[in-house]
Amino acid sequence: MTTVNDDDKAAPWFVDFQDVWLAYNDELLQQNHFAVEAIDLKVRQGEFIAIVGPSGCGKSTFMKLTTGLKMPSMGKILIDGAPVTGPLKISGMAFQAPSLLPWRTTVDNVLLPLEIVEPYRSSFKAKRAEYVERARRLLQKVGLGGYEDKFPWQLSGGMQQRASICRALIHEPKMLLLDEPFGALDAFTREELWCILRDLWTEQRFNVILVTHDLRESVFLADTVYVMSKSPGRFVVRREIELPRPRDLEVTYTKEFSDIVHELRGHIGAIRQTGAHTTA
Amino acid sequence: MNKKLIEMWAPWILLVVLILLWQILCSALDVSEFIFPSPWRIWTQFLEFKGIIAAHAWRTFWVTMVGFGIAIVVGVLLGFVIGSSRLAYAAVYPLMTGFNALPKAAFVPILVVWFGIGVGPAILTAFLISFFPIMVNIATGLATLEPELEDVLRVLGAKRWDVLIKVGLPRSMPYFYGSLKVAITLAFVGTTVSEMTAANEGIGYLLISAGSAMQMGLAFAGLLVVGAMAMVMYELFSVIEKHTTAWAHRGSQGH
Repeated sequence: MTTVNDDDKAAPWFVDFQDVWLAYNDELLQQNHFAVEAIDLKVRQGEFIAIVGPSGCGKSTFMKLTTGLKMPSMGKILIDGAPVTGPLKISGMAFQAPSLLPWRTTVDNVLLPLEIVEPYRSSFKAKRAEYVERARRLLQKVGLGGYEDKFPWQLSGGMQQRASICRALIHEPKMLLLDEPFGALDAFTREELWCILRDLWTEQRFNVILVTHDLRESVFLADTVYVMSKSPGRFVVRREIELPRPRDLEVTYTKEFSDIVHELRGHIGAIRQTGAHTTA
Repeated sequence: MNKKLIEMWAPWILLVVLILLWQILCSALDVSEFIFPSPWRIWTQFLEFKGIIAAHAWRTFWVTMVGFGIAIVVGVLLGFVIGSSRLAYAAVYPLMTGFNALPKAAFVPILVVWFGIGVGPAILTAFLISFFPIMVNIATGLATLEPELEDVLRVLGAKRWDVLIKVGLPRSMPYFYGSLKVAITLAFVGTTVSEMTAANEGIGYLLISAGSAMQMGLAFAGLLVVGAMAMVMYELFSVIEKHTTAWAHRGSQGH
C-alpha cells in the first residue's frame, strides 16, 4: 500500500499527503490497527481547511502528522514542497485549553515562542523591545489592547483563547493549526472569535487547518471542509465551500449556508450509523 | 471588618484560654510539679535557665538549618532528575518511597557508629527526614506538564531542556515552597530526635537531661522553644511562598 514513486516533481501544493497511514506503535502496526488510514490531501497555499468528525476519529493525530510531531507509518507528507522529517517550526498551534503560563503576563506569554524558535531565539535579548512591540500590536489586533500586562488568570476564557492564538501566530508561521480552539467558549464569544480568526487570516493568508466538531464553524470559516470517519480515521467527504468572501456573520443565517451545514450533518450522521454497532 | 479582626486574634485567644485552663487545673487539683508542671512553673524555669536554653536552642537551630540546607540541595537535584526523565522516575521513585517509609530515628544509632556523638548524626537525621518532600514536590511539578503546551513548544524546535527551564521549573516553584514549609518542621523533628540519644548539646539533649533530673518545667520549656523555632521558620517560608508565587494563590480573582 505504500507509494514508492519518488519522482520529486515540484508540487504546487502547500500541504501534500500521499496515502498516509499511521499506527501509534509497532504492535498496533502488526495488527493492522491504524489511527488514520489512507489520507490523501492536497491543500493550496493560503487555503483554509476544516476537518470535522466525531470525537476520537484521529483529528488530533492528523494534526501531529502535519506538524511533524509524529511520523507516518506509511506514505509521504510534503509541506511547502519539502518532505516532513521532524517538528515543523513554520507551524503555530493552539488548542481547546489556552494553556497560558500563569506566572507570565499576557504579552510575555505571547513572546514565549520567540524565546524558543530560531532565528528569533538568538536575537531575543538584543531585539526584545522590537518583539514586545510586535506582540502588543498582535494583541491589540485581536482586541486585547489594555490587557497586555494582565496575567492570564485575570482574563476571561475568550480572552485567554485570543492570547493563545496570538502565541501561535507571533513567529509568523506559514501554517496555523487549531484543535477545537473555540470548543470551550459560549456561543457569542465563539462567533466573536470566528470573526477575529477570519480577519487575521484575510490579512496574513497563512494556511489554516482547523479541527472542530462545530459544523457551522467549519462552513463559516473554511474554503474546504473534510469529514473524517471514526476508526478507521479516514477522510470520507471533501466539500468545497463556495460562499463568497468576505463572509459576514449574517451569512450563517442564509439558506445557502444552512444547506451546506445540513449536507455535512448528513454525512456525519451516516458515519455514526455505520460505526454504531456498539452505540445506539 | 470586625469578624476579620476576631478571626485574626482567635488562635491567640484560644492559646491564652488553654494556658489559663491548664494553670487553673494544676493549681486546683494540686498536681505535683514533678509530674505535670503548671504554665507558671514552666515560665519561671524558662527564666531561670534562659541562658542554658538559649545555648541549646541555638545549637539545635543551626544544626537543623545545615541539615535542611543539604536537604534543599539534594532534594532539588534529585527531584529535577526524577521529574525530567521518565526512566529516572520509574527507576528511582519506588526506591525512594521505600526509603521514606523507614523510620529516620532508626538511623541514629548507625550514624553514631559512623560519625560519633555530636553534630554529624543530628545534621544527617535532619537531612534524611526532610529531603523527601522537597524531592517529590519538585519532581511532581516538573512531571505534570500539559501535553498540549509541550506540543506547542516542541513544534517550534524546543528541546527537553527548554521546556524544563521555561515551563517545568517555574511551574514547580509553588510546590517547592509548599514543600519547604513541611520539610523545615520535619528537619526540627530529625535534629531533636537525634540529639536525644546522640549529642551532648541541643534541645534534644536538654529534654533528656532535664527529664532524668525531674526538672519537668525545664523540659517543657525546651519543648516550647523548639516548637516556637519550627513555627517561626514555617511562617517565614509561608511568607516567601506568598511573595514569590503569587500567581498560584490567585484566590477569588479571575474565575
